[in-house]
Amino acid sequence: MAYPYASDREVRVISEYFGDPEARTLDGAKRRGRYKGLEKALSMSPDDVVEVVKASGLRGRGGAGFPTGLKWSFMPKNYDRPHYLCCNADESEPGTFKDRELMRWDPHQLIEACLLASYAIRARHAYIYCRGEFFETNQVLAKAVEEAYADGIIGADVMGSGHEIDVTVHVGAGAYICGEETGLMNSLEGRRGEPRTKPPFPAAAGVFGMPTTVNNVETLCAAPHIVAHGAEWYRQWGSEKSPGTKLFCVSGHVNKPGNYELALGFPLIELIEDVCGGMRDGNALKAVIPGGSSVAIMDADEARRCALDYEGVAACGSMLGCASVIVMDETTDIVKQVRRMAAFYAHESCGQCTPCREGTSWVTKILRRIEEGRGTEEDLDTLIELTTQMVGTTICVLSDSVAPPVQSSISKFRDEYLALIRRGERVGAA
Amino acid sequence: MAESSPAETVTLTIDGRQVTVPRGTTLLQAAERVGTRVPHYCYHPGLSAPAMCRLCLVEIEKAPKLVPSCITQAADGQVVHTQSEEPLAMRRGVLEFYLQNHPLDCPICDQSGECKLQDYAHAEGRVHGRGREPKRVFGRDDFGGDVVFYGDRCVMCTRCVRFMNEIEQDPRLTVVERGDRSIIDTFFEEGLEGTHYHGNIVDICPVGALLSKDFLFKQRAWDLDHTPSVCPGCSQGCNIELHTRDNLVQRLRPRVNLDVNGHWMCDHGRLDYEWINRGDRVEVPLVGDGREARATGWRAALTSLLERLDGAGPVRAVVSPRLANEDLGAVRALVDALGGGEIVYRSRRAPAEVPLKGFPKLARRRDLEPNVNAARLLGMERVGGDDGTGGLAPFAAHGGVLIVAGDELADQPPDFGERARLYVYLGQHPTAAASRAHFVLPITNFAEQEGSFTNHEHRVQRFWPALEPPGAARPGWLVLGALLAERAGEAAPTRAEVAFERIGAFEGLTYERVGTGGAPIGEDRALPAEAAGGRA
Repeated sequence: MAYPYASDREVRVISEYFGDPEARTLDGAKRRGRYKGLEKALSMSPDDVVEVVKASGLRGRGGAGFPTGLKWSFMPKNYDRPHYLCCNADESEPGTFKDRELMRWDPHQLIEACLLASYAIRARHAYIYCRGEFFETNQVLAKAVEEAYADGIIGADVMGSGHEIDVTVHVGAGAYICGEETGLMNSLEGRRGEPRTKPPFPAAAGVFGMPTTVNNVETLCAAPHIVAHGAEWYRQWGSEKSPGTKLFCVSGHVNKPGNYELALGFPLIELIEDVCGGMRDGNALKAVIPGGSSVAIMDADEARRCALDYEGVAACGSMLGCASVIVMDETTDIVKQVRRMAAFYAHESCGQCTPCREGTSWVTKILRRIEEGRGTEEDLDTLIELTTQMVGTTICVLSDSVAPPVQSSISKFRDEYLALIRRGERVGAA
Repeated sequence: MAESSPAETVTLTIDGRQVTVPRGTTLLQAAERVGTRVPHYCYHPGLSAPAMCRLCLVEIEKAPKLVPSCITQAADGQVVHTQSEEPLAMRRGVLEFYLQNHPLDCPICDQSGECKLQDYAHAEGRVHGRGREPKRVFGRDDFGGDVVFYGDRCVMCTRCVRFMNEIEQDPRLTVVERGDRSIIDTFFEEGLEGTHYHGNIVDICPVGALLSKDFLFKQRAWDLDHTPSVCPGCSQGCNIELHTRDNLVQRLRPRVNLDVNGHWMCDHGRLDYEWINRGDRVEVPLVGDGREARATGWRAALTSLLERLDGAGPVRAVVSPRLANEDLGAVRALVDALGGGEIVYRSRRAPAEVPLKGFPKLARRRDLEPNVNAARLLGMERVGGDDGTGGLAPFAAHGGVLIVAGDELADQPPDFGERARLYVYLGQHPTAAASRAHFVLPITNFAEQEGSFTNHEHRVQRFWPALEPPGAARPGWLVLGALLAERAGEAAPTRAEVAFERIGAFEGLTYERVGTGGAPIGEDRALPAEAAGGRA
């Protein structure tokens, strides 16, 4: 199955049952091999599970690409204090819609993954922090958790292993910043969703001040497959540094947008031309955002030579991020797109740190002024300087996220900015 | 190798100067040791540090990015630059961000002149701003109590929210909304009304967002003189500053003393200062015959008093616990010199203490007078009720020498002291109960003289003159000291310091030792806190 489009170039590991309603039920999920990885993990020691994940080279799929096994190994190796697993399901990066599909079609895969990871990090409670706007997803997830509890998979005696692990689905209230791991933890505790200063890192003091691991939905979903089939099996895809498969959320001006699971290292241009059925109306490719709204925009040339893994995208001056590929054709108004992204960050800034609180809205106001034809060429220098001042000066990286789209668009599509400025000047002169 | 225990201290270099600080010291505090004040808003030494204003960024050599100095602990061998190009550029940028939405209404803002945004922007900011965009507007809000909120000026440091949460521990303020729509607010219609320490949020607000209604549009900050003093509102003895202009007290502000009041003071003490500015004062010595009084000079008055002092019968005295240690000591000495006699004081007492939960050393004490403990130390006894009235029947009808010092006797009848052979009234205000006095001598209040108070834990704390005394009014210790010296043929004390050192009860303490932060009386001398009860 696949949803909504399929391609024979895909390698479906975690997206195998997209579009298959039967996979949502516990029986259906079990028939499709769910909970096999967990069963195997429970027969191993927690540290061995961590070692397998470490050996697989799995990297965080939420955007930062941090090695997952390494993150798990930071957790204390005892049961002195409660440990927690937080599954970050607050997927809200513009252009990203992979976690939603993972939870909506295959909720038991995520539950299995949460139990497995909890076991590995010695947590007795896993929280799935799910984005509030995912209404249907939340219902599917809640039902699946209920079924798993009834079947004894979750609870006091996980699959008869004697281990106690609870799973709680927590529904967010609609804030992008709660997808930042420390903001998520504050929100989970009932505080304002504001990121915390690090250190202390979550593995030392996370949710409720206890050792905590926060993992993205997609990252966790890969873990049971890795444990079931071994690290080497997972390394058959991708490269040495970026092994495995990855869901690519393709949106924008392609004929077949959607989620595609591909081996890392897949050429971007083939994703657009082949997997996604080419550009809309045969239009020319203008720009691609390869990893969600907070990464640098690529022009068509860069997109043509880009390989989709962490290193390949970085070599083209951008970031793989969460692999949300936004494809834009020649009809796209780049300034407007960048302004919309900046407005998103201005709206979603938590307001703690000054450079972010004031900077995001200032940048948005300038971009809107340029868009309306009231900009000047100096505004472009100001934008670059302001966004530079917003990088590395704040608690979290929301502020940093504004710089790549603004700066890359000014350097690669300066003509479009200048055209708007010149047109405004002509109107003003007349 | 360092001589002292290496585990307890760290040595680092800040702006080219080496400094050794205790382990756990933050870079911001360490920088202050070498004389550098790193700009900051959200950090306040009395509160937790959320590191969100991003203004205190400094450079550590070999660190990947700038660090907030308010939460970064100093470590051995660190080389820190607070004034190098990178942190200066970043701070200049952050200041520009602040001014993006902050209104430039300094000419009508009370904070102007003591505003950290003004200070930092002038010190480190850009010469010309680049902001062309319209600013966001919030307007004003009455937060209840003494506080009015100017939302547009807020820099979102959240000191006020943290003060109410952590120190007053009565969370009445919060941040609502997010991004540049973030604003401090009360919970629905519930404001600061009924809290007892909210005045402090006005002090700690680095800009003009939180202002005192009492002080609103009253004076410009740069016109005020600041004099270190001690709050006379209760026996806690909060260290304060008197802010004065035109020979009037305009407002009180806490002065940092971590042993007494930290950075804080209560609203009761803060707002109870208008009595200092009262206009109805005794301005010249008055000498009378019990029916009529005429104004005279100090020399004539004291000479005349000296002649009548001896042989007038047994002595009784009433003093006010608002008098300084020096004044009370002089009364004690005078009464002793005249053969001894009963000295009483009256004081107001609150039904309960009002503690500041997050700083337990500080409470508004039950004794609502600043110096009851000195009176008790000097063997004076409390009479009257908890409202500070009554209890003077034996004194009103006393037939010998009657001395009243500082007590206004507002509740006493005009025939008070009618039967006294000698009735001396030393006070600040003309009062009916002094109409039968043979001598009415004008004395100063605590704001007009140098002196000291003894607080609830027997800590002696000094205050300094902030106002010119009215007319010929002089400190009580000076008046009585001159009288005593003349009588004994000694040199009169001309400075409060000398008057203080003549008081036996404070033996061992000197003004030098008391300094600006106060010093405790030796434990053998201190009385247990609640020992001396009042006599009704």
